[in-house]
Amino acid sequence: MKRPGKDSAESARIISRRGLIVGGMQLGFAAMLAARMRYMQVEQADQFRLLAEENRINVRLIPPARGEIFDRHGLPIAQNEPSYRLTIVREDAGDVDTVIARLSALVELDDEDLNRALTEMKRSPPFLPVTVADRVSWADISRVAVNAPALPGITPEVGLSRGYPLGPDFANVVGYVGPISDYDLSKIEDPDQLLRIPRFQIGKVGIEARLEDQLRGKAGTKRVEVNAVGRVMRELDRQEGQPGASLQLTLDHRLQNYAQARLGNESAAAVVIDCETGDLLAMASAPSFDPNLFVQGISVSDYRALTENKYRPLASKSVQGLYPPGSTFKMVTALAALDAGVISPEETVWCPGHLEVSNRRFHCWKRTGHGHVDLKSSLRESCDVYYYDVALKVGIEKISAMAERLGLGHRFDIPMSAVATGRAPTKEWKSSNTGQEWVVGDTVNASIGQGYVLASPLQLAVMSARIATGRAVSPRLLKSVDGVEQPSGAGEPLGVDEALLRQVRRAMFEVSNNRRGTAYGSRIVTEEFRMAGKTGTSQVRNITAAERARGVTKNEDLPWERRDHALFVNFAPFDNPRYAVAVVVEHGGGGSAAAAPIARDITLQALYGEDPPLTAYPEKDRDRIKALQDRLKRERPDFGTVGKVRT
Amino acid sequence: MSYLEYSVKTTPSGIRKLLFLHWPLALLLTSVACFGFLMLYSVAGGSFQPWAEPQMKRFALGMVVMIIVGMVPIYFWRNIAGVAYLGALALLLFVEFFGTVGMGAQRWIDLGFMRLQPSELAKITLVMLLAAYYDWLPVKKVSHPIWVALPVFLILLPTALVLKQPDLGTAILLLTAGGAMMFFAGVHWGYFAAVIAMGVGLVTAVFQSRGTTWQLIKDYQFRRIDTFLDPGSDPLGSGYHITQSKIALGSGGWAGRGFMQGTQSRLNFLPEKHTDFIFTTLAEEFGFLGGFSLLMLYALIIIFCVAAAFQNKDRFSSLLTLGIAMTFFLFFAVNMSMVMGLAPVVGVPLPLVSYGGSAMLVLLAAFGLVQSAHVHRPR
Repeated sequence: MKRPGKDSAESARIISRRGLIVGGMQLGFAAMLAARMRYMQVEQADQFRLLAEENRINVRLIPPARGEIFDRHGLPIAQNEPSYRLTIVREDAGDVDTVIARLSALVELDDEDLNRALTEMKRSPPFLPVTVADRVSWADISRVAVNAPALPGITPEVGLSRGYPLGPDFANVVGYVGPISDYDLSKIEDPDQLLRIPRFQIGKVGIEARLEDQLRGKAGTKRVEVNAVGRVMRELDRQEGQPGASLQLTLDHRLQNYAQARLGNESAAAVVIDCETGDLLAMASAPSFDPNLFVQGISVSDYRALTENKYRPLASKSVQGLYPPGSTFKMVTALAALDAGVISPEETVWCPGHLEVSNRRFHCWKRTGHGHVDLKSSLRESCDVYYYDVALKVGIEKISAMAERLGLGHRFDIPMSAVATGRAPTKEWKSSNTGQEWVVGDTVNASIGQGYVLASPLQLAVMSARIATGRAVSPRLLKSVDGVEQPSGAGEPLGVDEALLRQVRRAMFEVSNNRRGTAYGSRIVTEEFRMAGKTGTSQVRNITAAERARGVTKNEDLPWERRDHALFVNFAPFDNPRYAVAVVVEHGGGGSAAAAPIARDITLQALYGEDPPLTAYPEKDRDRIKALQDRLKRERPDFGTVGKVRT
Repeated sequence: MSYLEYSVKTTPSGIRKLLFLHWPLALLLTSVACFGFLMLYSVAGGSFQPWAEPQMKRFALGMVVMIIVGMVPIYFWRNIAGVAYLGALALLLFVEFFGTVGMGAQRWIDLGFMRLQPSELAKITLVMLLAAYYDWLPVKKVSHPIWVALPVFLILLPTALVLKQPDLGTAILLLTAGGAMMFFAGVHWGYFAAVIAMGVGLVTAVFQSRGTTWQLIKDYQFRRIDTFLDPGSDPLGSGYHITQSKIALGSGGWAGRGFMQGTQSRLNFLPEKHTDFIFTTLAEEFGFLGGFSLLMLYALIIIFCVAAAFQNKDRFSSLLTLGIAMTFFLFFAVNMSMVMGLAPVVGVPLPLVSYGGSAMLVLLAAFGLVQSAHVHRPR
């Protein structure tokens, strides 16, 4: 205490005073910090809590399993198959190049995929898996699994992808799915969040497209906790989505396969319909294509091959193809006249081979004429003049009305893309669509299914079924949705006198069972399965008077696209109709030669439910039929194994 | 020149000094450090590694250093103040040329077992030197312009070197602590008024210089100021730290989200969660109660120091104690203001809580000086 007293006291006083001031300021500042803390943590806590939650929680979509499609017997037509891919996680791999080099020794890696993967890896965080190989086979996956210790960071991942186990058989009905494109997305208003997933598979055509909303299902969500760089730390909760509806079709896989194979490489279509219920048992369209090509996105060269093929494999000709029905339309003309009472079945018409109508000569296909023909013989031998004459008596309006009653010119609502309406022309239709008046020649042409008349194979099959049953059956393609049976296609009576219908059916029976019938060569021999039918050959070109004078050029001598379409409609068995069939072979030539045998074979297959015995066929054809049966049998897949998940 | 005379009768000596240490202060420091251990354990995901255990070891070492420093007579520290100051300056110059670059600044010397930040030493030695200077300077000369200019020079020298590193946070601390020392010593009010006026002018100049060839501070410092003024302007860029820090703090609420339950820190949304932003983790996990408790401990440390300074009749001792309290205050005030979004992000750790070796050791050594002043106070 030997400090100079006054100085020391003075100094202590200053220090104390100023220390107090600064200490006070410090405490004041601390109080301010406390106040600020209180404001943030108590008053604004909820708001900040929300921001923290938003930070850490990420909502992810769980894609639902797409609804599967089965045939009427439960065989899968479109299913979800596991698709394997290999991913690499950079941070686990360590030396990426070495791991990739080892991997390529085991699995064939696509250079393009690999380069993309390496670029992607550089851009993304090290913990994110990057796909190095897509659509890897199970064998490759097994090899990778066995060598897992040498392949750090490589993980096989399994996803679901659409698969069509029967390949081309159902392609034209079921259609296919493909990765969603920007164009698809732009067409949809307020698209489902699912569709934002890159390469999400959506239906592009056919049932897959038409019933997309039902097949897709509802996405589930899971909430995951992520850290600042987006790494998923854990799953907080998940809400399962709803898988898409599973659809059962009325189609029969055996019959469909048979019809498709029987049509072979012709540009043709065949439809088999159940006469009572309207169930469509087969809807073949040839040539077909493998819908599996489209699932992951089709290559340009494959796609070009399909679009440039003149046989149009991508078209569903069974519903989309419209053809002049030719002579298969004659039942319509006959029924219209009979129903109107302008002719009786026994009334005869003289056929000299042609008919003059308003200074124009309309020819019968048989230049020498049929002589006296009545309903039965005219249908049996497909006399044209009889129908010209009858049509002139009844008029186009009644013919058109009858066509509509039988299902022509009507768009059936079945879940396929581009179902065509066809046309049962009327005077009013012509004037409003072409601006020209209906002339009597148009009626003459229409009477034999030429001119303005157009029908799809589906409509022709429906027509045949309606004639067979006298009821307005409608086609049904969807048997059940998620096990819920869909309304049957059985219909009300047509309102046509049964006695008249019986006359027409009888005449159709003669077509394939009378020696003089146009389809006698394609008859069914088995007594209880005998069929009634009608051939049709429709021209796609005009035959000039000059050509007719020197002789009509034979189909074989014409280029393919100018040849006649060959058609055949039938129902069987005649006594108790079960199935009606329509076959159209584009530019196939004559209906009796090109279409009737195919229709007969398909009908027999439907009636027997398997390959029919050779005794069902006319004796002289059996060797040929045997050879055909053997060939198709060899090509047929083993239905016992298709549709099982392929591993 | 004055000297101290200690009465043998009233001043403890030898091992007995231990009993006369300011134990309540030591207890407070330990409590604060415990907050740190807890939080470091938490941000490591419930592990003593890599932060909590080294920090505990260093704290134990720091306490030993504090006690040793505390038992050395205060006159020894006063006598070496000038040498210590020059030594710190020399080290600052050394790091200018040979220092290890980290976080965009030359800051430390790697000693192998620890990283020495000379700027930490500079803060304490400046306070020591100024305390010694005013102890030596007669009271009536304190406000004389020449005797004011000298300490200003002594303050600006290390400040300039630190600013050069560049370490804006420490520069502000040095300047403020130095200024406070002059204020405690009784320098006339007028000088401070003038400096504040000049400061305002300087800030204006700094902003005016932006984008010109004579730009006074670095672009990243400008950006920090920008984001401080409007953190929402760039929430994922440079405003990210402040935004995330505020979210963590605010989401803690009244009682916090629970120990080790803070999503912001656990999921790495918080930057520098074990160092400069450790307070946000505390506030997130223990809420207002936790944050306020720590603040109270800090305030108590200040109060204890100020009270000790008032008790002390020795001028050097009381000035030193007040100066160290001021430095300590500046640490936590700047750090907390920063994480609460009240100040720009400048690299200032939370004292005794943030992970960091040299800062804790130097700080505890400084509290050793406070202990020494307390033990050896004139009685």
